Amino acid sequence: MWQIALVLVIYLPLVIAAGHYLYHVTMQQKTWLDPIMNRVDNFIYKFSGIKQVDMTGKQYIMALILSNAIMVFIGYFILRIQSMLFFNPNGIDNMEATLSFNTIISFMTNTNLQHYSGESGLSYLAQMLVITFMMFTSAATGYAACMAFCRRLVAKSDKIGNFFVDLVRVITRILIPISFIVALILVSQGSPQTLRANETVQTIEGKMQDIALGPVASLESIKHIGTNGGGYYGANSTTPFENPTVISNIVEMLSMMLLPGACVVAFGLMVVNRRQKAIFGKQGLVIFAAMGILFAIGLAACYTAESAGNPIIDELGITQDLGSMEGKEMRFGVAQSVLFTVATTAFTTGSVNNMHDTLTPLGGMVPMFNMMLNVVFGGKGVGLMNMMMYVMLTIFISCLMIGRTPQFLGKKIEEKEMKLIALCILIHPAIILLFSALAVTTTAGIAGITNPGAHGLSQVLYEYASSSANNGSGFEGLADNSTFWNMTTGLAMFFGRYLSIIIQLAIASLLANKLWHSDSVGTLKTDNAMFTFLLIAIVLMIGALTFLPALALGPITEHLQIRS
Amino acid sequence: MKKFFENAKQALLVSLFMLVLCGLIYPLAVTGVAQALFNHEANGSLINVDGEIVGSEKLGQAFTVPEFFWGRVSAVNYNVYSKEDIVPDAKGETVYNGVGSGTFNYAPSNPELQKRIEKDIESFLKANPGVQREQIPADLVTASGSGLDPHISVESALIQIARVAQASGLSENEVKEVVKTNTVSRELAVFGEDKVHVLEANLDIFKKMTEK
Repeated sequence: MWQIALVLVIYLPLVIAAGHYLYHVTMQQKTWLDPIMNRVDNFIYKFSGIKQVDMTGKQYIMALILSNAIMVFIGYFILRIQSMLFFNPNGIDNMEATLSFNTIISFMTNTNLQHYSGESGLSYLAQMLVITFMMFTSAATGYAACMAFCRRLVAKSDKIGNFFVDLVRVITRILIPISFIVALILVSQGSPQTLRANETVQTIEGKMQDIALGPVASLESIKHIGTNGGGYYGANSTTPFENPTVISNIVEMLSMMLLPGACVVAFGLMVVNRRQKAIFGKQGLVIFAAMGILFAIGLAACYTAESAGNPIIDELGITQDLGSMEGKEMRFGVAQSVLFTVATTAFTTGSVNNMHDTLTPLGGMVPMFNMMLNVVFGGKGVGLMNMMMYVMLTIFISCLMIGRTPQFLGKKIEEKEMKLIALCILIHPAIILLFSALAVTTTAGIAGITNPGAHGLSQVLYEYASSSANNGSGFEGLADNSTFWNMTTGLAMFFGRYLSIIIQLAIASLLANKLWHSDSVGTLKTDNAMFTFLLIAIVLMIGALTFLPALALGPITEHLQIRS
Repeated sequence: MKKFFENAKQALLVSLFMLVLCGLIYPLAVTGVAQALFNHEANGSLINVDGEIVGSEKLGQAFTVPEFFWGRVSAVNYNVYSKEDIVPDAKGETVYNGVGSGTFNYAPSNPELQKRIEKDIESFLKANPGVQREQIPADLVTASGSGLDPHISVESALIQIARVAQASGLSENEVKEVVKTNTVSRELAVFGEDKVHVLEANLDIFKKMTEK
């Protein structure tokens, strides 16, 4: 209990500091890295012919999609020919076509769903040149989109910011420096970072053990900093080499929580009047508080469920003082595992330090619900954008109830925006529920289910929730490396990512072009505690109404079965 | 159209630049610094006993003989195998399929989980006659997430002491001492759990046995 609280206490000052830094980088203000980084950036601009001119929303999204498409082709090509390239001491073969498609979409969309196992499926070169590269660029793409979105909310024109400049600045000034430091901390704890081949050793019982090595730490750090989540090894951050100690576990959790929270802080600072000095803008604080309360509810529910253990193991006469330990690591125990589980799904990282398939039914429902909501901090900027959809929806509904004109940050929310907001909120549940329905009605879909009964449905729901929310964790029992699962989850990730970003930027562009109205007595206040609670209520109502039937058939049924 | 090509060119060049920066320069730079500062850890924290590498400080190993402590259940048998395990059978399948990690992924309601645990309890009780069923802590019969967990709880080590002492020919006090020296407490007394490092405890027992 105490260790969970302590980690969160360490988190708060870090996230505020990071938020200020992010704000400075976003708004092109001075930072202490400027003397070196300006030179690096200018060299990149010159090399790539980037002109640093402002873009309209449409141009911005075009540049985003175009560069992502090019990265997809480069990555796919490398995966298909990896066996012929260098840095492949363990002789790994080329990746199969549908699996390559799934892998590339997965990493480009920042999902990091993995239908392969790293130690047997990727060469060291592919781990670096495809996986590590995409972890940087997909995270930077998300942050860039979020910056573009937030800037438009507070700007008076739609022509603002350049995608390529944002992409470069996020990578050179934020992602690489932090990842470098975190990587070294992880190595100091015991994560390997080498290009040597795997080791085979002789055990004291006279048998052999294979030890898989590689450039683990450099991938592991950006995996969390960029809220990517795709592990070097098949078992992700449960493996001792990816997450050797409790210290590394805390560092990894703080890493993944840092930047999504910082986005909210940075947004708060953007809204604050330029001349005011603020630690935490009021509007940002309201949103941060709403996210924080939803996070705390999930954390408490998951911790209670996991500490209670599995009643079926109780029946066998085993003492479960430690809680439910199936699928968990001894060095983390229940407390560190639960915090990791809730954080990785709230911040949509998708790395796991315990196996989610083996969580107790209600303990497993929390991560699933976090991804279904997809607004509790959320990953790499897009979480804030999703939350802003709910913020505007809340303003709209509240204003309807009290008979005022809906207005947010001085811009009126009208019919066109509301249509897009409704569409945007509906896409996510539609992807999850429709694909799940498809999977459970086709033989190819059912073939992947490995656990009997209600838990089988949970496996399916979790996989699509994870895909659409661009999370990437899984109920890993699912036998998901088949053409059906590779293709459907690939599409779910693709639509979940790009449709949302396109619509959200379109909404921001519409708002940016509107006239600014000053607040009057009649305007609904959006920066007080009242609004926080309205926001939570709307998020829970929409989330619960959409997903409750599916959850009742999956985890809730399973819970009632094993508790009866 | 001209605008599109100009954008495409910028997108391509910036992608290629990032490919080299993030995909090669960054990981190789980390490798260089890590190898220089933390050479032992960066190469897998390998344990060297008299010039032979016997394992890694970070990874668990499968132990089956009674004179050593047993670790947690592993779905991949800790990537430990004997020569027979890599010989293909009539169907061309091998017991050991190459290095991996993971767990059984049995849901809490899965009957297979119940069967596996019951089987493990019975064989454990058979090998440790003095131990009652209720004394077995949950971590000893549940599978770890990675299949490579190097630790067990302190309780799980304590209930194995009698067996280990008898089979290894050491006194119970000596074995207790081994457990004590290989117990790792919570970090800063708060974070994580108290635990015993199985491989290092067994190495100590191995050394004591060869000394005798």
